[in-house]
Amino acid sequence: MALVWVALAAAICVPIAAAAVSPLLAWRDPVYILACFAGIVALGLMLVQPLLIAGYLPGLSAHRGRRTHLWIGGALVVAVVIHVGGLWITSPPDMIDALVFASPTPFSPWGVVAMWAIFAVAIFAALRRRLGIRPRTWRIAHTLLAIVIVVGSVVHGLLIEGTMETISKAVLCALVLAAAIKVMTDLQVWRKRAKLRGESIARQ
Amino acid sequence: MTIVVLNRRNLLAVGGSILATGVSGLLMPVRAQGLAPTPSMSGGANNYRAGAPTVDRIGKGGFWMSGTVRRAGDGAPLAGQRIQIWAHTTEGREHEPQSHGATLTDKDGAFRLEMPQIVPIFGQPHGHLAYDSGEFKTVFLRPVMRSAKDTSLEAHFVLQPV
Repeated sequence: MALVWVALAAAICVPIAAAAVSPLLAWRDPVYILACFAGIVALGLMLVQPLLIAGYLPGLSAHRGRRTHLWIGGALVVAVVIHVGGLWITSPPDMIDALVFASPTPFSPWGVVAMWAIFAVAIFAALRRRLGIRPRTWRIAHTLLAIVIVVGSVVHGLLIEGTMETISKAVLCALVLAAAIKVMTDLQVWRKRAKLRGESIARQ
Repeated sequence: MTIVVLNRRNLLAVGGSILATGVSGLLMPVRAQGLAPTPSMSGGANNYRAGAPTVDRIGKGGFWMSGTVRRAGDGAPLAGQRIQIWAHTTEGREHEPQSHGATLTDKDGAFRLEMPQIVPIFGQPHGHLAYDSGEFKTVFLRPVMRSAKDTSLEAHFVLQPV
């Protein structure tokens, strides 16, 4: 049981620790460094999210897992806002280029698309009861947006030449992708509602 | 649903081919009417400070930015043209005045300016160059280094008379 948690902690903390000793940090100011690490933390949180919702983390009840998934979703929004805000302060013209898809860097549009998908999930999640969105509609929408978020973020991260150490970054990206694929396959999110409800009752 | 497998090699290959296309477009702008002018690169003008002083060296040096300036059409080398250079280096951020400097081309239209080591910023190790003196159309370039360890970078201008 503890092994899963240790592995998860290592998958997230090792890339952060490796980035913390990057020689590039010497030539960056605090706001830029904060923005970089907010991005790395956001990538790490993306590994936790599917594991929480699928109940793969031992010791957490389905209910706790779901609650934590919501909170971490909120944290993800905050991390992305710090990432983009910090980069904006560091170099406004470069950030504006990225946001309007006019950036010369190939990784920028992937990150910007993932950002909008994260915001869309958050808004959708906050309003879905009020708007009376059916659970299956929500599930499919969230899954599609999650695919955009995961693919966008992983490509964004891999193409960047920055503070993250190459191997620990690649491993984290692979895990984020693998976790998302595994959970989407296991939960069979595209199945009809009746079947899903039966399964979730059975699990509880 | 198809899941596209994205690994580092594929991404680098795609990124590299995009980069190669962009670079070859700059190196071989020869068209039927002669040498075509170099277009400004996207993001090239970011953090530009007009009127950077002409200097012998930016900061303590250690890195070489070089290139050529030629006239569109006949490709004649242009002497005495002012090229402004700036980058995020070991000695300062891109927008800071000490990161900026200018140099003039020699009789062969070549320029070469020593500057501090460029370090990656915004995900790519890159420099900025500008021709912005009025006689020809303004051009902003943003060349990317093959490796962050490189200690030199080139950029070439083909200018179009105004």
